[in-house]
Amino acid sequence: MNLDYTPEEEAFRNQVRSWVSANLSPDWEQISPRQSENMDEWMAFLKQWQRKLYDAGWAGISWPKDYGGRGATINEQLIFTEEMAKTKAPNLMNVSIGIELVGPAIIHHGTEAQKQRYLRKILSAEEIWCQGFSEPGAGSDLASLQTRATPEGDHFVVTGQKVWTSWAEYSDFCILLTRTDPDAQKHKGISCLLVDMKSPGITIRPTVQITGEAEFSEVFFDGVRVPQENLVGGINQGWTVAMTILMHERGTSAIGYQIRFRNELEDLIRLAKSHDYDGRPISEDPLFRRKLAQSFVEVEVLKYNIYRGATQIMRSGKPGPESSIVKLFWSEMDRRQKALGMEMLGLYSQLVNGSEWAVDHGKWARAFLWSRAGTIYAGSSEIQRNIIAERVLGMPRA
Amino acid sequence: MDFGFTPQQEMIRNEAAAFLSRECAMPLVRELMVTEHSHSETLWDKMASMGWMGLIFPEQYDGAGLSFVELSILMEQMGAVLMSGPYFSTVVLAGLTLLESASDSQKERWLTPLARGNLKATLALTESDGRCAVSSPTVRAERDGKDYLISGTKLFVPDAQIADLIICWAAQNSGKDLMLVVVDRDSEGLTITPLKTMDQTRRLYEVTFKRVRIGRDRVLEGYSALERVLDRAAIALSAQMIGGARRVLEMCVEFSKTRIQFGRPIGSFQAIQHRCADMLLLVESARSAVYAASCNAAENKGETGLLASIAKAYTSDAYSWIAGEGIQIHGGMGFTFEHDAHLYFKRAKADEFMFGDSNFHLDRVADYIGL
Repeated sequence: MNLDYTPEEEAFRNQVRSWVSANLSPDWEQISPRQSENMDEWMAFLKQWQRKLYDAGWAGISWPKDYGGRGATINEQLIFTEEMAKTKAPNLMNVSIGIELVGPAIIHHGTEAQKQRYLRKILSAEEIWCQGFSEPGAGSDLASLQTRATPEGDHFVVTGQKVWTSWAEYSDFCILLTRTDPDAQKHKGISCLLVDMKSPGITIRPTVQITGEAEFSEVFFDGVRVPQENLVGGINQGWTVAMTILMHERGTSAIGYQIRFRNELEDLIRLAKSHDYDGRPISEDPLFRRKLAQSFVEVEVLKYNIYRGATQIMRSGKPGPESSIVKLFWSEMDRRQKALGMEMLGLYSQLVNGSEWAVDHGKWARAFLWSRAGTIYAGSSEIQRNIIAERVLGMPRA
Repeated sequence: MDFGFTPQQEMIRNEAAAFLSRECAMPLVRELMVTEHSHSETLWDKMASMGWMGLIFPEQYDGAGLSFVELSILMEQMGAVLMSGPYFSTVVLAGLTLLESASDSQKERWLTPLARGNLKATLALTESDGRCAVSSPTVRAERDGKDYLISGTKLFVPDAQIADLIICWAAQNSGKDLMLVVVDRDSEGLTITPLKTMDQTRRLYEVTFKRVRIGRDRVLEGYSALERVLDRAAIALSAQMIGGARRVLEMCVEFSKTRIQFGRPIGSFQAIQHRCADMLLLVESARSAVYAASCNAAENKGETGLLASIAKAYTSDAYSWIAGEGIQIHGGMGFTFEHDAHLYFKRAKADEFMFGDSNFHLDRVADYIGL
């Protein structure tokens, strides 16, 4: 057991670091568009950034070399993600539904033709993907989804509705879960399709979120024709594909979140020194000191949880259901950290961007609101607890 | 980076688990609880023959020269079975103090027999203010010719009555010069009184020194290492605590599979499942913190104090909460003396405050992070 990186791994870290400093302006946050102000420009900026990464061979760091990835070791993936987050490089999660989720699904379950057609353009950000999983009646109970795909000649005809689909408006393709056998048991009648978002019959209606932004949408499918060749993983095998995707959604990328929480905690510490509470700096108030220290403790514990998970992946080849612990941990912790930020700012915490009195352009209010998303998406905290109870602890099914 | 046990560490862990489930099962723990010292000489000798007392000490003092990670592995297993007796006092508190602060000849005199299992010892640190920190002690060492006379009172001293040696934290010259002195338990002027406590699996004592005479050769060279010893004690104790916490969770999960209410096992209710899931999250997170701190201590990396505080702060709250849930999930049975849940509950609460609770360690973390 050790927490040291080898000299080769440290050299790799330096390589990442110097590439970032040569290719990303340190003041990119000031000079580039803000997500909260202009989504179109922000997306264009992210695509450009990913293209840069792709050209330098950094996109798809975890993908096998055969598919244009870097085939990096688990430790190299950790280092890469850590360094990207430390330098506060743009967070690729937004455009990388393709890299993180769709790519692994196609690599594991796709046909050779699908791999040739889609993978490289995912890496280069030429094609942006969204994930068509949730429906109005299928959130936590994903397997009860009702969007129908009916075979008709060499096509499927898709009719139904998806909700909370991130970046749907900006996507070229959708990885879509559909019901192909309504008579089978619910997990066994699902198929996974790759759908061109420009197909006739698709309507996208952006949904305004509690932050006022509209990063996700409702997507309606009305008789949309999808070629048979776009089926992934075989007919009625969609649940297996979905599980691959959900497993990756809870994998090593969490280290990037961890560094972000660490950066945000450092911002909170700066805030504590520059803002007063009851006539003295917040940093001198014994209770706030403890609360900030507790947040630091949790951020550090998260890091070591992720390291243990990474060793697990290294040894067994894939993330186990234990990755649910990491997801549950960071999402719940994020809520506590952002609530602490609000508590420190008191009345000022409610001021949003645009108010001249707002602290840090209202970023804490925005972060506070966003922290309510993490405990819902990618399997709510309740679902994670079900998984832990049943699959890790072996408790009887509810 | 490989943040998992090596095959050798797995082996030590499995051996320790098997040994302790055989030699230190709950009936023995309960039997010892009502004895004077809560200590079994037979168990002690068996552990000595396994080489456990010398585990982390250098080979030149008859130790096995293994690292702090291996010590934490043992500690975790001992905490799981609520092992009583002076292992922690002897090896962690006294042993590490000698290793860090004693001269070569003092080490040969005391550390070598300790590592062989022939000497038991403890550390008398805390006083009536109840703080587990390196602060100025009220116990005084007064020069008397070539000797020192030790006077004052120590509180919460673990295993003092069974220890052969008591290492005492004292001050001379009206508190200006701090020192560690090694006192024989049987010294004249030394009174050891048991404290009546909740947790009978760990014995704590009041130790009163009345002009106890010691020679200069019983003063340890350096006391500056005491901070290092306390950091390591906090980590080792946290390792014990995660063992206990994990055992409570196992008891709950087993019970919830067989206890039928409303016609089904209570473990099928989400109210119970989610509680157990949260217990697992806490215990596994505490384990990550404890082994990260153990790796750091093993390699003398620096910042051990920060990692020790992270581990002890997190584990203190986690174990107390988990042990409380352990009683709740077992319902009325959990509140009986016959059931083991209360033994873990009492140990968890005692452990929480030993070597600093979460408030104490969070204050240290606040200093570390520049608040």
